[in-house]
Amino acid sequence: MIRVVLPYHLRTLAQVGKEVQLQVDGPTTLGSVLDKIEVQYPMLRGTIRDHVTQQRRPFLRFFACGQDLSLEPLDALLPEEIVMGTEPFRIVGAMAGG
Amino acid sequence: MSGVRVLVGTHKGAFILTSDSKRKKWNISGPHFAGWEIYHMNGSQADPNRLYASQSTGWFGQIIQRSNDGGQTWEPVGNKFGYDGTPGTHLWYDGTQHPWEFKRVWRLEPSLTDPDTVYAGVEDAALFRSTDGGQNWQELAGLREAKGHLWQPGAGGMCLHTIILDPSDVQRMFVAISAAGAFRTDDGGQTWRPINKGLNSGGELPDAAAEVGHCVHNLAMHPSNPGVLFMQKHWDVMRSDNAGDSWHEVSGNLPSDFGFPIAVHAHEPNTIYVVPIKSDSEHFPPDGKLRVYRSRTGGDEWEALTKGLPQSDCYVNILRSALAVDTLDSCGIYFGTTGGQVYASADSGDSWMPIASNLPAVLSVEVQTLQ
Repeated sequence: MIRVVLPYHLRTLAQVGKEVQLQVDGPTTLGSVLDKIEVQYPMLRGTIRDHVTQQRRPFLRFFACGQDLSLEPLDALLPEEIVMGTEPFRIVGAMAGG
Repeated sequence: MSGVRVLVGTHKGAFILTSDSKRKKWNISGPHFAGWEIYHMNGSQADPNRLYASQSTGWFGQIIQRSNDGGQTWEPVGNKFGYDGTPGTHLWYDGTQHPWEFKRVWRLEPSLTDPDTVYAGVEDAALFRSTDGGQNWQELAGLREAKGHLWQPGAGGMCLHTIILDPSDVQRMFVAISAAGAFRTDDGGQTWRPINKGLNSGGELPDAAAEVGHCVHNLAMHPSNPGVLFMQKHWDVMRSDNAGDSWHEVSGNLPSDFGFPIAVHAHEPNTIYVVPIKSDSEHFPPDGKLRVYRSRTGGDEWEALTKGLPQSDCYVNILRSALAVDTLDSCGIYFGTTGGQVYASADSGDSWMPIASNLPAVLSVEVQTLQ
């Protein structure tokens, strides 16, 4: 199972805990994980990437295994630790300060 | 038992204030959607328990929430606002053309007769309609054919912020856009035309009387008199007696004719309310005195309403969607401030009391009168 850590506001929107688990069929790519999130949690459609352009929202980044994968193409394979579920795929919002 | 439900959208969530018809004691529920910007919440006249809320942030974009129980529980519905066809371009700040890009929903206006039909006014300015309770949205693209390439954003964004449905003619609607102006359809939204004749924007536009480009802040209409419209423009309070075909200024003796919201009394079609702001450069009340101004003559002659409102050291703003009225026998007037206060008057504005004092900055106020 793929483990995904969501930012706080998407957890409350999807009514889930800090981490969700996904079964991804086929190659585990950045795009297939994002697709699966949106299938399993349809209320998150449009919140991680724009509905029309499919571009990642500018205040969000994708981190995994100590790497920033935000600029990787959607067909990029994710690290083996993500595929095996030993490390989570993290969707992280930009810090907001006062 | 009758009462009122005040729907308050703020920078950090939604709040619902309820009271009986005396409007003395208030219950506050919220924050709903805590931490999100709630640009607007509105209820259906056909089913008062059906509410819609526009929820957004810069991080996660736009969400539309729907309630079927008066705001006790909510469910996210459709949030895909795709412009019809190739959206084209509009004027940008520097005078160049810029692609249309969806940013957020500023206004949700449910149909007068069908709780599942609702209109959404969005930034970049366009009008969308859902006929399935907000699940799916279709653009009424004819609006942007009304010289959309000449529309331009104001500093707050190019937003469609006002939607008025004519209760006497289901084919007629009015919308207002900053900074494009006011527009009317007479065929249910298929085609639109600018209705800005008489507006003077010499301080903002190279052509003071341009057909489009005016920064209209808000429109108001009394349902019993749908041919008469009132407008708070960037500067100037305006009135039309022919459904927007032409406008004339009714700023009269206001201390400043700059402001954002305008509203009409529920039972007196010629009684209107504005909240003057010092200027476009200083968005707070003149002299630090928070004064609602009322005209019982449909404009020109205004009186300050001050009882219960701070009359010194007050430097809040009242945004365009943050003034509303109820329809109880003694008409209630409500407004919210960027300082987080919501003020209410149960006597047509003669006296006021705060019904919430420490909310986040208020973006919008709507009122439902419950029977």
